[in-house]
Amino acid sequence: MINRRVFLKSSGLALVAGGLLPNVFVRMAQAGTPKGKRVLVAIFQRGAVDGLNVIVPYGEAQYYAARPTIAVPRPGSGEAAALDLDGFFGLHPAMASLIPYFKDRSAAFVHAVGSPDTTRSHFDAQDFMESGTPGVKSTEDGFLSRAVAAKKEANASPLRAVALSPALPRILSGNAGAVAMTNVGQFGIRAGEASGQIASSFESMYAEAVAGALGGTAKESFEAARILKNADPLKLQPENGATYPNNALGNSLKQIAQLIKSDVGLEVAFADVGGWDTHAGEGGAQGQLANNLRNFADAISAFAKDLGSRMGDVVLVTMSEFGRTVRENGNRGTDHGHANVMLVLGGGVKGGKVYSQWPGLAPERLFENRDLAVTTDFRDVFGELVTKQLSVASLKTVFPGYDTNPKKWRGILAA
Amino acid sequence: MKLRFLFVAISALLLAASASDSKLTERQRALHALNRLGFGARPGDIDRILKSGVDIWIDQQLHPEAIPDRAVEARLQQFETLRMSDAELIQKYYRPIVEARRNKDEQDRETMQMLRRSAQEVMTDLVGQRIIRAAQSDRQLNEVMVDFWMNHFNVFAGKGIDRFLLTSYERDTIRPHVWGRFEDLLMATAKSPAMLFYLDNARSVAAPENRLRGSGGVPAGLRRHRVTPPQLRRNPAATPQLSMLGGINENYARELMELHTLGVDGGYTQKDVTELARVLTGWSIARPEQGGGFVFRRGMHDVGAKTVLGARFPPGGGIEEGEKMIHILAHHPATAHHIAYKLAQRLVADEPPKALVDRVAKRFLDTDGDLRQTVKAVIDSPEFWDPHSYRAKVKSPFEYAISAVRAIDGQITDAMPIARELQKIGEPLYGAQPPTGYSDKAEAWVNTGALLNRLNFAVALAANKMPGVRSNVPSATNVDALAQSLTGGALTDETRKTIREQAGDQTESSTIVGLILGSPEFQKQ
Repeated sequence: MINRRVFLKSSGLALVAGGLLPNVFVRMAQAGTPKGKRVLVAIFQRGAVDGLNVIVPYGEAQYYAARPTIAVPRPGSGEAAALDLDGFFGLHPAMASLIPYFKDRSAAFVHAVGSPDTTRSHFDAQDFMESGTPGVKSTEDGFLSRAVAAKKEANASPLRAVALSPALPRILSGNAGAVAMTNVGQFGIRAGEASGQIASSFESMYAEAVAGALGGTAKESFEAARILKNADPLKLQPENGATYPNNALGNSLKQIAQLIKSDVGLEVAFADVGGWDTHAGEGGAQGQLANNLRNFADAISAFAKDLGSRMGDVVLVTMSEFGRTVRENGNRGTDHGHANVMLVLGGGVKGGKVYSQWPGLAPERLFENRDLAVTTDFRDVFGELVTKQLSVASLKTVFPGYDTNPKKWRGILAA
Repeated sequence: MKLRFLFVAISALLLAASASDSKLTERQRALHALNRLGFGARPGDIDRILKSGVDIWIDQQLHPEAIPDRAVEARLQQFETLRMSDAELIQKYYRPIVEARRNKDEQDRETMQMLRRSAQEVMTDLVGQRIIRAAQSDRQLNEVMVDFWMNHFNVFAGKGIDRFLLTSYERDTIRPHVWGRFEDLLMATAKSPAMLFYLDNARSVAAPENRLRGSGGVPAGLRRHRVTPPQLRRNPAATPQLSMLGGINENYARELMELHTLGVDGGYTQKDVTELARVLTGWSIARPEQGGGFVFRRGMHDVGAKTVLGARFPPGGGIEEGEKMIHILAHHPATAHHIAYKLAQRLVADEPPKALVDRVAKRFLDTDGDLRQTVKAVIDSPEFWDPHSYRAKVKSPFEYAISAVRAIDGQITDAMPIARELQKIGEPLYGAQPPTGYSDKAEAWVNTGALLNRLNFAVALAANKMPGVRSNVPSATNVDALAQSLTGGALTDETRKTIREQAGDQTESSTIVGLILGSPEFQKQ
């Protein structure tokens, strides 16, 4: 096992900074803007992104041997080549917009990370990752919901946990009172000109004792709608010259930024993005996956740019249910695998680094002779983020039945 | 002080006594039956039921085969895929996609989009018939039980080829058995390609040393989803040995006991799960990529000795081992309790009284798992008719949406807009990912975004802005009359007063109808 702790040599900033200065967002935040609530933004890449083509282990000859037509070329071999991160790993060139954040040490990657459960079913693996209890199907709620619930707040905002999706995702279902919405501007009663009148009628009705348990939910709903209406987050246009790509994730992140900037009490936000199940015609430096990764990275970098100094309060993390086979298949694609890669970006991130206990790609090092092995449990990444970013005191209820010893954390966030 | 306390105590006692002694009126009984044993009342339904009597209506509902349902049957004729077999569906809708992938036509976006769109017809038809039947069939209790059992034996349409197997699953596996014996229903699901694929039993294969000599292992078409040996599940760090590759998949065996029969506290162990998985090896699908049916693959079966829940199987057994276990599980007291609990939870209360569950479980055991008798035991119970049960359960999104459509006597010309609303409110049909299916408890449905979506659904439906539903909203603007016609008198005085105050004189009837359908009372049944 090799612990990769090599910093990016080409980044002057990283060299000057040594390990002493906090990352750029923290410095920007310290420079003046008042601190808002800390926010954790989680993005689920549904369908299992091919992590080996996201963060390319170009230092491994095995990588190129296993992928004759879809490997991303080594850095320095032309324009369509991996962008060097640390002398061993390279970033997919379609994700170039994230390089500045890696260079100023606000972005980090975690490699060979995943769930210990060995299922290769998308739906089981997503379910386990969202419930936070791999192998246990009877868990009723999601781990982010439990994390929010574990963090007692006296006057918690009804908008403390928001999913940008039509239905509440598994990861946020539970007692945290999370809200699902697809459009922050349309949350509330929509009845044309009569909306206000109808909303107030419903509000009076649900205030009556007859509503019972529904009354509490209704109160939260109307309060959330009112807070959103007053904050009018839609008026907040992207700042700092940020341009969100016109795609689902760009749209979700733009709205999450609006929620953060309008101070509605957001603490956890969730969005998902599909299209990663590249069984055929995956492509290498260019092609199907490259196009998806460009959209993905551009949305995230626009988000960071838009928030600017406010990003000092925010940590964004990405996840995907499992990785894909090391070897390409007969259709120039990859099949369902095991370990994958995560991105962590934001204030407090000790970035400019690929965190990895790299298991290697030699055949005997592969999981079940075909996949990248998991050397970091995703719960150790989220355990650290939830503890440090959300100040959750105990992980016992967040990851029940799991040894949540901080010694296993990778130290991705400053305390 | 003392006197006042005494007075309060006495009136509290009197109140409690009057609540449990009092009985539902006949009108309330009719509405209760329509809500719990159906998807709500259409205008005039209560009076129609009262004409012959509530008990007669219930008796008819318990024998749906005797209820002519010609209008709905005729309506469903247009859904061509509902009459097709698995093989026909896969041949027509799935094979072309596979072929296009194989020929690398995938780069040709238009072709792929066209094929995918065409394949969606299968789900559109299936979702459509469920919505139309629930809203318009006269066999209301039958549709409630289909919903219950489809959910109990949940199969998720989003898993691989299951979206082509669900048509036959509902038509041939679930519907013919909802009024029969539980064992037959259980056996039918155990041998259905949809379930065998969904919970991976189709590719569960014995360890090599326990296979018949010279047998083949996992057949093509099942290989793509790799199997995970139990040794690796428990200890992911273990280095896999070649001999362990391909192996037992415990997925179905676990859910068979945890969800379908005994219940999570049904007294089985992890060893029982593993052993039952071994018993069920070989229960598979013939040519899954061509839509073949159930097949027992002797070559995949574990021929070693096994013990499950005390039942011993000597070496050399075959399919009869699994059939015996299904029989044992179907007649197990824990299963009777689990099924009784779930039925009582669906039909009576989120937390059903123990006495009721015990009584229903006894009926289940006494009648060899006769599901008609078991359901009848729930309906005949005093708990079902207790005033405390009346309008005490929150409707699931499906129940809510369909009951709203029925309340306005809506005619469905296109079910998909309703299906999309169900997704927004949180219960997409055939869309429950985990094998647990959807919850029958209020807390699962009552969350912030979902409630607003319900209210918006009500407003849009009443304003005739829900495409695909032609509403027959009365044009009257008298709040009391509308409330009576739409809810059978379920609205409280307070709610009617609120609506009257807010509505004023100028309000159109559609606004009032929207408020009624969105009211807290209408969220309940």
